[in-house]
Amino acid sequence: MRNVTKRFPGVVANDSVDLTIESGEILGLLGENGAGKTTLMNILYGLYSADEGEILVDGAVTKFDDPGDAIAAGIGMVHQHFMLVPVFDVTENVVLGVEPTVGPVGTIDMTEARREVQEISTQYRLEIDPSATVEDLPVGIQQRIEIIKVLFRDAEIIVFDEPTAVLTPQEVEDFFGIINGLKESGKGIIFITHKLGEILEIADRIAVLRRGKVVGEVVPAEATEEQLAEMMVGRPVDLVVEKEDADPGEVVLSVTDLLVRDDRQHTAVDRVSFEVRSGEIVGVAGVQGNGQTELVEALTGLTVPLSGMIHLGGENVTLVSPRFMHRNSVAHVPEDRQRSGLILDFDVAENLVLNSYYDEPYSHGIRMDWDYAHQHADQLIDQYDIRTPSSTVKVSSLSGGNQQKLIVAREFSRDTKLIIASQPTRGIDVGSIEYVHARIVAERDAGAAVLIVSSELDEILALSDRILVMYRGRIVAEVTGGEATATELGLYMAGLST
Amino acid sequence: MTAVAGTADFVRAPAEIRRARILGIVYLLLATVVFLFFAVGTEGDVTFRLGDQPGDLDFTVSAQVLATFTAVVFAFLGGIQLTKGFGAKTNVVLAIAIGLFAFSFLGWAAAGKSLSLIGMLGTTVALAAPIAFGALSGVMCERVGVINIGIEGMLLTGAFTGAVVGTVMSPLFGILGAAIAGGLMALALAVLAIKYRVDQIIAGVVINIFALGLTSFLSSQFLVENASGLNNPGVLGPIRIPLLAEIPVLGRILFDQNIFIYVMYLLVAGMTYGLFKTRWGLQSRAVGEHPKAADTLGINVFRRRYINVFLGGLIAGFGGAYFTLGSVGAFNENMTAGRGFIGLAAMIFGRWHPVGALGAALVFGFADSLQVKLGILDTGIPSEFLLSAPYLVTIIVVAGVVGKARPPAADGQPYIKE
Repeated sequence: MRNVTKRFPGVVANDSVDLTIESGEILGLLGENGAGKTTLMNILYGLYSADEGEILVDGAVTKFDDPGDAIAAGIGMVHQHFMLVPVFDVTENVVLGVEPTVGPVGTIDMTEARREVQEISTQYRLEIDPSATVEDLPVGIQQRIEIIKVLFRDAEIIVFDEPTAVLTPQEVEDFFGIINGLKESGKGIIFITHKLGEILEIADRIAVLRRGKVVGEVVPAEATEEQLAEMMVGRPVDLVVEKEDADPGEVVLSVTDLLVRDDRQHTAVDRVSFEVRSGEIVGVAGVQGNGQTELVEALTGLTVPLSGMIHLGGENVTLVSPRFMHRNSVAHVPEDRQRSGLILDFDVAENLVLNSYYDEPYSHGIRMDWDYAHQHADQLIDQYDIRTPSSTVKVSSLSGGNQQKLIVAREFSRDTKLIIASQPTRGIDVGSIEYVHARIVAERDAGAAVLIVSSELDEILALSDRILVMYRGRIVAEVTGGEATATELGLYMAGLST
Repeated sequence: MTAVAGTADFVRAPAEIRRARILGIVYLLLATVVFLFFAVGTEGDVTFRLGDQPGDLDFTVSAQVLATFTAVVFAFLGGIQLTKGFGAKTNVVLAIAIGLFAFSFLGWAAAGKSLSLIGMLGTTVALAAPIAFGALSGVMCERVGVINIGIEGMLLTGAFTGAVVGTVMSPLFGILGAAIAGGLMALALAVLAIKYRVDQIIAGVVINIFALGLTSFLSSQFLVENASGLNNPGVLGPIRIPLLAEIPVLGRILFDQNIFIYVMYLLVAGMTYGLFKTRWGLQSRAVGEHPKAADTLGINVFRRRYINVFLGGLIAGFGGAYFTLGSVGAFNENMTAGRGFIGLAAMIFGRWHPVGALGAALVFGFADSLQVKLGILDTGIPSEFLLSAPYLVTIIVVAGVVGKARPPAADGQPYIKE
């Protein structure tokens, strides 16, 4: 890629980027969330078109109008969010778009298709059942399907966008084995991540992207995590969260035998019991989709559990509304800030009063006091370091990190007895992560009970005083914060150890 | 603070168990209704005729015995439903039960008389046809993720065009013109829904209003004054398929119909094969389930949607021609009378599958023909109530029987390519 530039309204996502990849090589592409990694790869894959610059494959200038062109040129991509049709089986997903057919009307030769999928599966040791339905498979296996999909299209260059985000540490090891195998068979691999340890372990060469620019290229042998972090963020970064030992007080949240079903009537939370005390942070670790979402929804009153009990400060709150929880000093940072944390078309001030607009002093009777709401917003913008031109800007134009800080400001600025934070730092920049973590620790020290749900193991390890591991809806382990290791938790997360 | 009363555990029954219980109670209620209304005090035998002529293939039974038998079966079903349930077979059992209920109802209505069952079933197929075309059109569009509420309008446009072109040129050209007219309406929907990303429900409603207004206006302005020159296409007669039509009972019902019905069979078979066995179908379904995934594999989401919505319009337009060229023989204002909407219900009931859609259309067609028959039998039930029967069945079926059907995941969502 030579001199590639891509502009979006208001931002330059990629600024004159030069990048080369050779066959039999793993190139690590490191950068913060929002540094332009995904945009760059989408240009390479033909999903976006570059405003300037060109892409050369085997020395020849090529132009990709859509992913079909990129596929034809031997470029394959495993997306961060898997591009699989859940109701199709494995083979249908693999052959989609390049189906082997027989006869005049394009009848798909499923026998041949299954045979070819099986062949790739055996050749690259990607074990899979070609006729299993995708939605029934765990994410680790779904990732294998994505890899088979790419290989089925004879890709020579394979891009992996944050491939380890959804895997347990053990699955990551397997995955590294797979991409090393692909490298040995001569494929060129681009590995995109923001995780420093992984990139040092697997890459042959590392390119660091910051604010759309390549700020440096290094060889893993000559780099340390601290150096990479500094290159990535542009200033020295403190990689550990500073906190004192916890001093747990009385029980604030108590959950007994909680059973929750998801929309499809499958048991998502399976008779879970635990307690959270004031002044401690309890982390819930687990691979995404093991019931954490449903657990949080039940705790915050968003879904009705099938059976079990939830007590808040000794009071039964099993069947109360979300508003009741808010009014009783429960703060909730939802896992998807854009879908359930904010109203993107509302401005900053409006979003900051979403949980309190109905009470004095924000409203008097049926009338909203917008002047007060804006004053209040200005104060919080200052206090919580939300980078926005003013309180009248739509939140959709804020960066992910600032959107998250806005939610934290809204939830934490009230009286907080219990904080439930789900994926509190997903997809935000390092500066904002540091800030959010510091805030959570500060709330704990001020006496709040904190429940953190995160699929980022590093985050759980850095913050938690006590760690619960969820696997298939059950809590399979409880460990003390300082004593746990990633490997140990990984075994629990994969259900391999109980 | 409003505290929740009590501290004991609570248990909420899951949805499927609640549904099974409700269904069980409904069975028991129906058993009572059947016994009290259809069995008690009913006298005389009813003769169901299955042959062309009286006496060919008759089947005579006492109406009271039939109703009592039905009541007992329903009570039995209710008992099973409430205790252990039918599990995966619930819907099949329900379908059979509904059929049985219809039979005993007919027995009561026609007690002491004879009833041409074969005629009624033939009518069922004929009345199901426009509903089935609507449903198939819906399957075509929704499988690629475009909701088509405008089917009613496309049927109506097809009916109008079929009548006019059929009169001026020939019925076969009428059919062709009707299909194209439906296709053009669908293209309008496609442009609104795909290119301009207008809310698809609203776009469809607009199409319906436009079609109703336009055809009514043109009809009152031109067709009424010049009916013989513009609105007199004639009806395409039945074609007996050799051999197949000789099959006892079924042959008469299925293979002695006009060309629309045969096209319907072919369409159901062709669409089923196409959607589930060919690359066109796989790609179409992928576009309806996960358009972004399809896009990343080089499938042109927009083109696939345009083509399939257009094909859906052709089907609806063709189905519309059935009203004028296959059944009535002339265009009347708003003659489709909601059949397009019932078609949508049939599509949902049939779970977005062509065969299911046809089956559902037959259920609605049966309700329709029952209403016609009961009108003739003069049972004392008000005719307004009878006329509402197909719509009543639609509501009951969609609200109660279908359960939770899963539409294509991207149904109704415009695809935005960055």
